[in-house]
Amino acid sequence: MTGETAASLLPVIVIAGYLGLLAVLGLVSSRFFKGTSADYFVVSRSVGPFLLLMSIFGTTMTGFAMVGSTGKAYTSGIGVYGLMASWSGLIHSAVFFVIGIRLWAIGKRHGYVTQCQFFRDRFESPALGYLLFPVLVLLVIPYLLVGVIAAGKFLHSTTAGIFPGAFPMPDLVLADGTTRPHPLSGGVPPWLGGLVVCGVVLFYVFFGGMRGAVWANTFQTIIFLASGVIAFSLIASRLGGLSEAGRMVAASEFGGARLAREGMVGHVQFLSYCLVPLSVGMFPHLFQHWLTAKSAKSFRLTVVAHPIFIMLLWVPCILIGLWATAQFGPGLNPNAVLGRMVGELVHSPILTGLVGAGVLAAIMSSLDSQFMCLGTMFTNDIVVRRFGKHRFNDREKILLARGFILFVVAVTYLLALYLKDSAHVFDLGVWCFSGFAALFPLVWAAVYWRRATRAGAIASLLTAVIVWGVLFYRDILAVKPPGTGDEELLIAGMMPVTFIFAAAAVVLVVVSWATRAPRRETIEQFFDLPAQGKAP
Amino acid sequence: MAGRELATGSRPTGAGIGSGRRWIWVGFVVLFVAHHDFWWWDDRTLVWGVLPIGLAYHAAFSVAAGLLWALASRYAWPTHIEEWADQPGRGGASAEAGAGGGEERS
Repeated sequence: MTGETAASLLPVIVIAGYLGLLAVLGLVSSRFFKGTSADYFVVSRSVGPFLLLMSIFGTTMTGFAMVGSTGKAYTSGIGVYGLMASWSGLIHSAVFFVIGIRLWAIGKRHGYVTQCQFFRDRFESPALGYLLFPVLVLLVIPYLLVGVIAAGKFLHSTTAGIFPGAFPMPDLVLADGTTRPHPLSGGVPPWLGGLVVCGVVLFYVFFGGMRGAVWANTFQTIIFLASGVIAFSLIASRLGGLSEAGRMVAASEFGGARLAREGMVGHVQFLSYCLVPLSVGMFPHLFQHWLTAKSAKSFRLTVVAHPIFIMLLWVPCILIGLWATAQFGPGLNPNAVLGRMVGELVHSPILTGLVGAGVLAAIMSSLDSQFMCLGTMFTNDIVVRRFGKHRFNDREKILLARGFILFVVAVTYLLALYLKDSAHVFDLGVWCFSGFAALFPLVWAAVYWRRATRAGAIASLLTAVIVWGVLFYRDILAVKPPGTGDEELLIAGMMPVTFIFAAAAVVLVVVSWATRAPRRETIEQFFDLPAQGKAP
Repeated sequence: MAGRELATGSRPTGAGIGSGRRWIWVGFVVLFVAHHDFWWWDDRTLVWGVLPIGLAYHAAFSVAAGLLWALASRYAWPTHIEEWADQPGRGGASAEAGAGGGEERS
């Protein structure tokens, strides 16, 4: 291997080294495994404040936060920060505060591991558990897709030119009939990048369980925050400094319009985005992370630091997306914006590799928790429910969880290959969050409204799924008429989540009032928390 | 009351938490309303030549949200939940002792 070849391979070597480290972390964490499924699924409820913050933040921020936000800032400008990041800073922490801590307490006191177990008991309905399981899986799949597509696209653009012989792409034919080399030729193709990322995450989740995921998330959160700062500084420096980068955007017709929200984001749309972050109240993977907490005090650092961490990650990404408007002009695939900026402006192969590892860290820190929660739910909510808890020993339960995870990952991977060029990471993420946000009335009522009934919960769940499914199909899956743009679906200027959420909430209230109240024993079981400040 | 608690370093309890909680929710509503900064909507000014003013405002908003939740963790933290969670439950029908998941309830 010549020195030049070795140098050009450096980014891939750094990324491969990082993936190898994660695999080692999975193996090391497996040494601490206590051999019980409770330890595998919720780390024996032993996670302290720092690990809880890092694992929850790492889980919440995915390819959506780095690849999606950069791409969306490129297409729609600075408004994307207000749409997602600042709303999330306020509302995520509010949900952790009013829902997360309460669910942690209920989960600890009654020994729950999954959402379905809690909802089944709270609403006195095994049927609700069976209904909720496929809905949660259905909604997690777009979230997984966001990660797999973002990873594949990012690796493709950052490794462009490194393997010209192995992964050539046909030349581009320009409007005047001339050709030019494809800018992504020689990059690791999305099918391979997605496959490698899924494989590594599966490896450390299978070996380390939830402990492996928590450790890896912590490591990955540190990596992606640090690499975000590195990428930001290098790109800014390459563009001639922060002021020069800003001046170029202001001078560009395409970029200048994106420095403000006028014409990019509607007022009602901006407001209706406030409902999207409520999704964290129903993310099954976050529920599982909440249950890993050692005590309620463990939540304090998470509640306080979460908005600040979001700002530290999102502001640089939004600025990089804005700078890309002046750098490339219109026409770039939003999913490829971050990769192109890193690939073309960060000329140190090692730093390119480090930044690449950081972006993959953000993506994988969500994938691992999502994989874990899917396996946990399948084992506990379907298999053990159907066959009884003594039918399988702990080892068999873990094997069943792994088998189901493999199945879902295979489905997701194939879907990612199909949708990689048509679905935008940001839009897909918003749809996923909208579905979970529509289930928020359910979790709120379960925790705070004694009169919420089984029929109300089931009706609300079905309403959310039907309305979400119809609108999702219309926006993402249906073939659009020629001339239709890539704009987000808005109804009366509002995000679809407004209507899905409202329909689910109204149905929950109306049907609950119209049906028999839950039994007194059930109410006592879930609502016997002492009044504020009184001894229990 | 709050000032005295801060000075002595003790945690507020009982009525102090209830009052603190009310003020936190007032702060939440104020921030919720302040999020809609229509006054910067079409302003392309770059703060220090770097940050678009709308982005700078929302970055500051995120810091304000962090401060609000810092106050919440100090003056409105639900300490009573911790004690409640540590007591043995009645054992949900779906709850686990070690593994998670129970058998079908008839």
